[in-house]
Amino acid sequence: MIMVLLDLLTAFLLLLGAGFVLVGSIGLVRLPDIFTRLHGPTKATTLGVGSILLGSVLYFSARQGLSLHEVLVSLFLFLTAPVSAHLIARAALQRRQGKTPFTEESED
Amino acid sequence: MFRRSSWLPHPLLSLLLMLVWLLLNNSAAPGHLLLGALLGFLIPRFTRRFWPEPVVLARPALVLRFAGRVLWDIVVANFAVAKVVLGPSAAIRPVFVRVPLDVQPDFAVTVLASVISLTPGSVTADVDAERRFLLVHALSEDDPEALVRQIKTRYEAPIKEIFAC
Repeated sequence: MIMVLLDLLTAFLLLLGAGFVLVGSIGLVRLPDIFTRLHGPTKATTLGVGSILLGSVLYFSARQGLSLHEVLVSLFLFLTAPVSAHLIARAALQRRQGKTPFTEESED
Repeated sequence: MFRRSSWLPHPLLSLLLMLVWLLLNNSAAPGHLLLGALLGFLIPRFTRRFWPEPVVLARPALVLRFAGRVLWDIVVANFAVAKVVLGPSAAIRPVFVRVPLDVQPDFAVTVLASVISLTPGSVTADVDAERRFLLVHALSEDDPEALVRQIKTRYEAPIKEIFAC
């Protein structure tokens, strides 16, 4: 009984995660420019992948004892997602304006 | 004090590395504890040049509360972004806002910028050379002033307290 409940919860989390990743992808297609498009994928990685990982923790912890690999996956995602978003945004700004928006001085 | 700090230049980083090692192996067996401790000892020594300023947590207890708040905001704001993405295009009002910075150290600014990018609806696009502003792109914001206020009170203030800067 408890196993069935856990499986249901796992399935729900997987679907929720898949749904958010889908929304992120739709955003990537629908949104009008590069800056708004950045929001789609960076967000999908947070909650979408988060729910999928939580589902994975539940599934494997119920069967093979506590599994916490997934914490590491989310940690790395949380470290890398903002950095790549930042890099892309900066590259887009540079291309569009030829210089950074705040200052005339060069960055180095 | 000096000797200790030259042996273990970044105790927090060492602890984190050890924890990551244990998570990687999904085990807390003595062997892995020992190996993790060794890695936590060696890696900060080899990467010392990348950490010009030591990271000091003035209020460690606040970190957990702050992390909880950020996670909660991620969940709530994800639904908001989903609504914007799936809703009519006319409702999308992207805007750039400048958030004046009160925190100065590299690490604190990095944490703030990352948190802003992680919470849906806003991405940090740039920081100016003198570190006076963050340039933040908001997906759909009717009231840029409110966004700036929210970032400053909800995220920047606790970060300032945590790192005591």
